[in-house]
Amino acid sequence: MPKKGTKSSKGTEDEPKQQQKNKLPEHLEVQRTRVVCKADAPTEGFQYAGAFAAMGIDNSVSADKFCKNFKVVVNRLTEDDMEFDMIGIDASIANAFRRILIAEVPTMAIEKVLMADNTSVIADEVLSHRLGLIPLDADPRLFEYISENDVPTERNTIVYKLHVSCKKGSPRLTVKSGDLEWLPEGSQLPLASPAQSGDKQKTYTSFSQSQKDILEKPLGVKFKDITIARLGPGQAIELEVHAVKGIGKVHAKWSPVATAWYRMLPEVVLRKEIKDADAEMLVAKCPVNVFDIEDLGNGEKRAVVARPRTCTLCRECVMGPTGEQVELRRVRDHFIFTIESTGALPPEVLFTEAVRILEEKCERVISELS
Amino acid sequence: MAHRCPFPFLSARSRLRQPARPQPQSAGAASDPAAAAAPHPPGAMEHGSVTDSTASTFSIMDEDHTLANSVRFVLNQDPRVAFCGYSIPHPADNKVNIRVQTTGDPAKDVLKDSLQDLMLMCQHVRGTFDTAVTDFRRNNPTGMNIDQNKKK
Repeated sequence: MPKKGTKSSKGTEDEPKQQQKNKLPEHLEVQRTRVVCKADAPTEGFQYAGAFAAMGIDNSVSADKFCKNFKVVVNRLTEDDMEFDMIGIDASIANAFRRILIAEVPTMAIEKVLMADNTSVIADEVLSHRLGLIPLDADPRLFEYISENDVPTERNTIVYKLHVSCKKGSPRLTVKSGDLEWLPEGSQLPLASPAQSGDKQKTYTSFSQSQKDILEKPLGVKFKDITIARLGPGQAIELEVHAVKGIGKVHAKWSPVATAWYRMLPEVVLRKEIKDADAEMLVAKCPVNVFDIEDLGNGEKRAVVARPRTCTLCRECVMGPTGEQVELRRVRDHFIFTIESTGALPPEVLFTEAVRILEEKCERVISELS
Repeated sequence: MAHRCPFPFLSARSRLRQPARPQPQSAGAASDPAAAAAPHPPGAMEHGSVTDSTASTFSIMDEDHTLANSVRFVLNQDPRVAFCGYSIPHPADNKVNIRVQTTGDPAKDVLKDSLQDLMLMCQHVRGTFDTAVTDFRRNNPTGMNIDQNKKK
């Protein structure tokens, strides 16, 4: 708003001018802040900071301006899934968060399988792959990465064992993820026979203390009902698995999210009043019920936009005879962000972690440049 | 990006003709045996000219679109930047080249400021997000109870 209280004679003259200065004409404002989805293709607008400099409009986003305008509204938050609106952020940064969520937030996943016995019909490598994809209920922030030459310790490895068999003459047995048993003391498989009979038996891990002592809650698998294999009578599986910390970039089993995605907020505008038969047609056309009918009395009806958020931009409404009267837009800086966690961390923690990772990336490059 | 000349002497001559222009960075680094044999290549390198610090290409290792595109956006918002863009020279390399040309300030400083800005923005996003989640929990106590039960 223009400042008041300056010289009164000039003030009245300046006011309309300044207002004009601070506001773009409507069609340009739409180009600046919206993506218009026409029947054939969307139209792109402007992003360049000085795009409207000639009209006295600053199109730039400084950190200060960003902090002033940025908003978050949570729509849904459950144990392993959330949806929120992120308003006032550019797609490039929103996309960075999404990419980090999928590929760079660490989790724990089974990486090594020590197969002692597998007489089931499922091959060792297939079984191992299935085991790798099981979501583990372990907070990755409590663990360290293990590198190639590291010794597996209680700080970087979680050990589970799977010991199941189907007795002869009994019906087929389904092996579920819940059969995986956590071994807080480390591996139980002997590495080699001890040099002297008095020595402690060496195993595949070297835990110096039990994980029960360093963790608050016992570890397990997130879902106990995932089928791993089925055993026929007389078949058995005996194995031990080592889970380590990793990121989704290396293998999707470490991805902490089932999916993380965003969409821009849809905006449906009726340019002209759509009445009676046309209105009925428009309502019937929309597969997700964006429009409603409003009764104007005296037998007249009018179409109104009731639920624009449900719009999937199928563009059915902008095609056909009433197409010209409807305009589909997306708000350029308003993102509806959805995170579905696989269970290791709650979704809100995942997002915070993702943002922190982007910060760390910046920090690393800054320190490496200087 | 400058194309690689099949005749090295020709490209050398063209460089001589325009000494003030920054050299084609990635091409130079790839064909330079001294650079390739460096014992510990740094995570971020500036390729620019000695005489002109306002235009440089920055090679950042182990980064991808995630950082490069965000930084590109922040750089483009900076009034000191005349041009900026990024490219990933080969999809199999974990490397991005960010090109920054400024209107007078050293390109390195401008890039560093942008990264700083991006960090500030991230911190703000984190803060705002946390408050939004707390607000949501306060207004929807059922959701909170479920979560608390789970954690215990």
